[in-house]
Amino acid sequence: MKIKKTRKFNFSVIYVILVLIFCYAPILSLVIFSFNSDRSLTNFQSFSFIWYDKLFNDGQVMTAVLNTIFVAVVATLVSTVLGTLAAIAISRMKKVMRDGLLNLNNLPMINPEIVTAVSLLLLFLSLGIGQGYLTMILAHITFTIPYVIVTVYPKLREMDENMVEASLDLGATPLGTIWHIIIPNIKTVIISAASLCFTLSFDDFVISYFTAGTVNNISIYLYTLRRLEPTINALSTIIITGIIIVLVLSNTIKHKKVNDNEDED
Amino acid sequence: MIGTVKKAPGGRSPLLKQIKAYIKRPKTALERFKLLGIPYYLILLVLVIIPMILILFYAITTPNKDDAILLTLNNFIAFFQEEGFVGVLWDSIRISGITTIVTLLIAYPLAYIICDYKLKKQALIILLVSAPMWVNMLLRTIAWKQILSTAGPLNAALGWLFGMEPINFLGTDFAVVLGMVYIFLPFMVIPIYNNLSKIDNRLIEASLDLGASRKYTFFKVTLPLSLPGVLSGVTMVLLPSATTLVVPRFLGEGRYFLIGNLIEQKFLKSGLWNYGAAISIILVVVLFIILFLTKKVDRFHKDEEDD
Repeated sequence: MKIKKTRKFNFSVIYVILVLIFCYAPILSLVIFSFNSDRSLTNFQSFSFIWYDKLFNDGQVMTAVLNTIFVAVVATLVSTVLGTLAAIAISRMKKVMRDGLLNLNNLPMINPEIVTAVSLLLLFLSLGIGQGYLTMILAHITFTIPYVIVTVYPKLREMDENMVEASLDLGATPLGTIWHIIIPNIKTVIISAASLCFTLSFDDFVISYFTAGTVNNISIYLYTLRRLEPTINALSTIIITGIIIVLVLSNTIKHKKVNDNEDED
Repeated sequence: MIGTVKKAPGGRSPLLKQIKAYIKRPKTALERFKLLGIPYYLILLVLVIIPMILILFYAITTPNKDDAILLTLNNFIAFFQEEGFVGVLWDSIRISGITTIVTLLIAYPLAYIICDYKLKKQALIILLVSAPMWVNMLLRTIAWKQILSTAGPLNAALGWLFGMEPINFLGTDFAVVLGMVYIFLPFMVIPIYNNLSKIDNRLIEASLDLGASRKYTFFKVTLPLSLPGVLSGVTMVLLPSATTLVVPRFLGEGRYFLIGNLIEQKFLKSGLWNYGAAISIILVVVLFIILFLTKKVDRFHKDEEDD
């Protein structure tokens, strides 16, 4: 959809800038006040790293961070592997079964988070499984695996079916075919599925809150915190820096690939 | 062996044998591929389907000392008789309704404007709008708490510009809606943008060429065609904003108790699982009504396109 511009001066640019300011003002404020030597959120006394120092010496925060990373890594690995295998299986099903499964797969994604959280809590309570790392990881697998399927499955449908058949006809085992033919073809979407899983798990609050018992992740720690200190700003700044690095890296890699492909052509 | 089969005609053992034979039969590659999904099917069954059935089960039963299970609708009735129930429902509907409308009013013009831009610039702005989602939602909400607090930068700016006394924004509709709009804005922008950017430009040109004004073209061509995107945005904002725990916790100063907070309280604080399950079921029903309506409008659109 494109309409040629007629007006000389464009208010629309100002509008876009205003929305972007709205999007980034809170993030900037988090970052700026993490370097303040004072507790104050209005005047910036002097540049200092005291909140970072406090952050790294706060055992509770560090445990929460480590727990978050641990759960996210395990859930991402399990979800990505099982989800990719399942997507391969689903892509080879008859239409009725496939549509049914894909609809069911959507359920955890469309359900309000709190309903998924409640349903899992009820399951663990009924089975008498004590809440902790195990329940939390199971819960995270449950809500991340649908995203792996919806990311990987469309790419599998795009793949040239003849390659798989050729591989099987030439005597490769099904597992060999998956490893040498299918996986290399869908490598990029598997990576994006894994990174999606990791972010979803890393940022999750509601489902963890209901299923983790006494285990803290970053979100639960923040939610149950009595008093907000600028250490939170320091933590945010570290996380934001990490995100920016990942975004820039992934974009440069993408650009490099595009350029390489153009060179080949 | 034949004897056992005869002994129990239609009984278990032949069936078991059949199953065993079925499992052990030589498999084609296609069948082996299908087996790869087994761990996932188990996850779906145990961690998605059974838990949903459990919610329903808890919602319509009542715990009994004799371990007998009693069917009841009391959990639902209790919800409607809850003291302050009207308040919870009104707050949830009001806040999520205003949030959805404000989000839509901000997101639609943005999506509309950026569709005019070059493709690279479009992608950049969509990336910029959605990138904050990567930062933990609690941290982003806490950022607003800091900004809006009496000692925060917003009050400092207002005081400096207009000499105003500090206002405590926290605990007002303004603060809660602002926080929610901030959190849910990308969920509205992306579907609307996806929809608008797919609209065939020739339709709009045709309308303009045939003498319709820009305004008329927008309301008669662009807006109706973008309705599916608007609806999927609304679906992604309406229910999540009514059930979020985070925004009321940080920006509500304890004055806001939404439906999510009610479920949290029933489950984690009072241990009233049956009651909490009943509220969750009500949420699921509301969700399916919204999805049904959305699908209906979508279908209506497809029919129109076919004509």
